Amino acid sequence: MSIPAVKPNAMTLTQQRLRDGFWLILPGLLVIFGITLFPIIYTFVLSFTETPISNPAPQGFVGFRNYLYFLSNPVFWAAIRRTLYFTVVSVGAELILGMGLALLIHARPFGWQFLRTSLIIPWAIPTIVNGAMWRWIYNADYGALNGLLYQLGIIDRYRAWLSEPVTAMNLVIVADIWHSVPFIALILQAALATIPRELEEAAAVDGANVWQRFWKIRFPLLQPAILVALVIRTVEAFRVFDIIYVITQGGPAFGTVTISYLTYLESFSYGRLGGGAALSFLISAFTLIMALLYIRLLYREDLR
Amino acid sequence: MRAVSRLVFVVVLLALVVMSAAGCASPQQASGPKVVKVLAMQQAGPTPEEMNAIVAKFNQSSPNVKVEIEYVSYDALHDKIVTAMATNPPSYDVVLVDDIWYAEFVKNGYLWDVTDKIDQNTKQEVFSTAWDITSVNGRIYGMPWLLDQKYFYYNTEILEKAGVDVPQTWEDLIEASRKIKEMGLVEYPIVWSWAQAEAAICDFVALLYGNGGTFVDSNGNPAFNNEKGVQVVEWMVKTVDEGLSNPASISYVEEDVRNVFSQGKAAFALNWLYMYDLAALNPDESQVVGKVGLGLVPAFKGSGVPSATINGSMGFSVIDKSPNREEAWEYVKFLTSEPIQKEYSAHLLPVWSGNYEGQALEELKSLNESNPVTVPAFSAQIVYAHVRPKVPFYPEFSKALQLALQEALTKQKSPAQALNDAAAKWNELATK
Repeated sequence: MSIPAVKPNAMTLTQQRLRDGFWLILPGLLVIFGITLFPIIYTFVLSFTETPISNPAPQGFVGFRNYLYFLSNPVFWAAIRRTLYFTVVSVGAELILGMGLALLIHARPFGWQFLRTSLIIPWAIPTIVNGAMWRWIYNADYGALNGLLYQLGIIDRYRAWLSEPVTAMNLVIVADIWHSVPFIALILQAALATIPRELEEAAAVDGANVWQRFWKIRFPLLQPAILVALVIRTVEAFRVFDIIYVITQGGPAFGTVTISYLTYLESFSYGRLGGGAALSFLISAFTLIMALLYIRLLYREDLR
Repeated sequence: MRAVSRLVFVVVLLALVVMSAAGCASPQQASGPKVVKVLAMQQAGPTPEEMNAIVAKFNQSSPNVKVEIEYVSYDALHDKIVTAMATNPPSYDVVLVDDIWYAEFVKNGYLWDVTDKIDQNTKQEVFSTAWDITSVNGRIYGMPWLLDQKYFYYNTEILEKAGVDVPQTWEDLIEASRKIKEMGLVEYPIVWSWAQAEAAICDFVALLYGNGGTFVDSNGNPAFNNEKGVQVVEWMVKTVDEGLSNPASISYVEEDVRNVFSQGKAAFALNWLYMYDLAALNPDESQVVGKVGLGLVPAFKGSGVPSATINGSMGFSVIDKSPNREEAWEYVKFLTSEPIQKEYSAHLLPVWSGNYEGQALEELKSLNESNPVTVPAFSAQIVYAHVRPKVPFYPEFSKALQLALQEALTKQKSPAQALNDAAAKWNELATK
C-alpha cells in the first residue's frame, strides 16, 4: 500500500476555508456593493462633472470646479456655520439632558418604568411627523407654544416664532432635541446598568460625595457609551434635513439652510447633480473629520 | 489569496453588467388595462376627493386605461417632477405643471409636444391667455387646466364694525387697517403668504404691478429692482413694522393664510380662488362663513392702474418618454373637458371662454353656491393679472428673489440692496 500522492495544486485547509467563506459572504458583498459602494462611486464621479438632473448619466467633466465653486462661496460657508451651530447646540443639549434622564431612571424613583417606556415615544415618532407637529406648535396664530406662554403670562401678545432667522433655528433645534434625547438617555441608561454597584458603595464608604462619585467612577466607565452616542448623533445632526424641510423650508431668509438643505436645493431644485454630488462629498469630509476628532478625544490609550 | 481577489473583481464586474442591463431593460408588457400615472397637487384647485372622483369617472368610461393619481403639496411638486424624470421610463405619465416651469421642462425635453393633437375647435374655445401658459416658442405642451389668480378677500363683519368701505387702493387699505387695529377688532389686519416659497413672489408681483412696476423690461432684463420695486418692498417692511401686516406672514404660505383668515383673525388677505368656497361657505373649514367678501386686488394711488394681481395658472402635460402617451393624453383631455370643468367649478373655473357670456354665463353661475360670486370676480380680475417671466432658470432665480424679500423683511439688507442682489443673480443665470 502506498500513500496516495497529494495533487500538486490541491488546496490547503486554510485555502478551502477561505473559498467556502467567500461564497458565504458573497450575497452580503453584492448587497453592500449595490446599495452602498456603487452609489458612492457614482456620486464621486458625478462630483467632477456638470451633470444636469434632466440627464443623469455623468457628462461634462469639469475637474475640481464644483468643489472650488463651493469652497469659495459665502453661501456654502454660511450653511456650514449654521450646521455646526445646529450640531453643537442640539447634540450638547441632548447629551446633558440624556445623561440627566439616564441617571434619574437609574436611581429607580417611583414610576421609573413608566418614565423609561414613555421615553421611547418621541424617538419612535418619524422625524417628518415630529416636524409637522412642532410646526403646528410654533404657529404664530394658533400654535400651542403661544397659547401656553400667553396663558402663563410670560408673553403679553402672540409672537411670530418662525419669522426671525435665529429664533427659527433655535426652535428647530428644540424640536430635534425633543426627538433625540431618548436615544442618548436609553444608551446611557443601559451603560449605567453595567457599572457594578460595589464600586460606588466602596467610594461612598471612603467618603466620596455624589459629585465625586459621578466624575471619578461613573463618567470614566460611561465614556465608551458616550462616545458611541455622540458619534452617531453628531453625524446625524450634521446631515439634518427632514425636520428643517418640514418646519421652515430653510426660511426665513435662508436662516435654517443647513449644508444638507443646500445639497437638496442644488441637486433637485436647481437640477445640478454634479454640484450636489460635490456638496455631498464635502459633507462626508466634514463628518469624517469630526468622527476622527471624537476618537482622538475620547478613545485614549488609558481607556483600553 | 490572489485567486480570491481576482474572483472579487470578476463578481464586481458581473454586478455592474447586471445592474446596467437592468437599467436598460424595457418593462414587460402587462396584459390588461394600461396604467397611466398622474402627479397632481393638494393645494388650491379641486380637492383630492374631487380629483379622485374625476379619475373614477374616467376609469369607468375607458376600460382599457387605468389612471392612478398621486398628490404632493405645491412646494414639493417641481422637485418631485424633476426627480421622477431621471428614470426611464419616467415614474409618471401625466404631471401638473405650473406656468413658470414650462420653459425649464421643455428645455429639458420632459414634455410631449401636443400642438398637432389639439383640434381647431378646442384651440378657439379655450382662452388664448390660457394657451400662453402651456406654450413655449409657439408650440403647445399641455392643456391649460387651472386658470387662477390671487383675489382680494375681506371680512365683511370686521369692515362693518370698523365702519370702513372696501378698500380700492393700498393706501385705503392701510387707513382701514389702522382703524381696525386701533379698535382692537383683530391684532394684525392683513395676512400675507411671504414665506420663503413661491407664494412670496406671487404677492410681490401683485404689489409690484399695482405700483406701476414690471418684473422685466421690454428687453427681458430685470426691472423688479427699480424704484417701483424698491418702494413696494419698503412698503411691505413698513406694514410689518406698524403691526398692520401679520409678522407671521414671513413664515406663511397660502394654506396658513387661509387658516388665519378662516378663523376671523385677519380682515384682509390675498389668496387663490379656492379659498372662497372653503372660507365663505364651508362651516367645517371656517368660522367666518357668510362674512367673506371678494373684490379687486387694490393698487397704489398714482400707479395709473385700478388693480393688479398675479396670474398663477397651471396645465396638465404628458411626459414625452411615457410609453402610454396616447392614453395619457386621453385622460388629460377628459380632465380638462368642458363638462368636467363645469361640474367641479366651485374650486376651479373653466378654461372654456364660451361659459362667460350670455346664457352659458347664467348657467355657470347657477352650478353651485360660490359661482355667483367667483365667476364675476374672475372676469373682472383676470384683465389685471400678470404672469411671471418664462425662463428656463426660473426656479433658481425665484429662490434668490425669495431670499431677497426675506432679507429685506428680516432687516438683514435694505430693500434696494436685496433686490439688486436678486437682479445680479438673474444676470448671472441668464448668461450661463
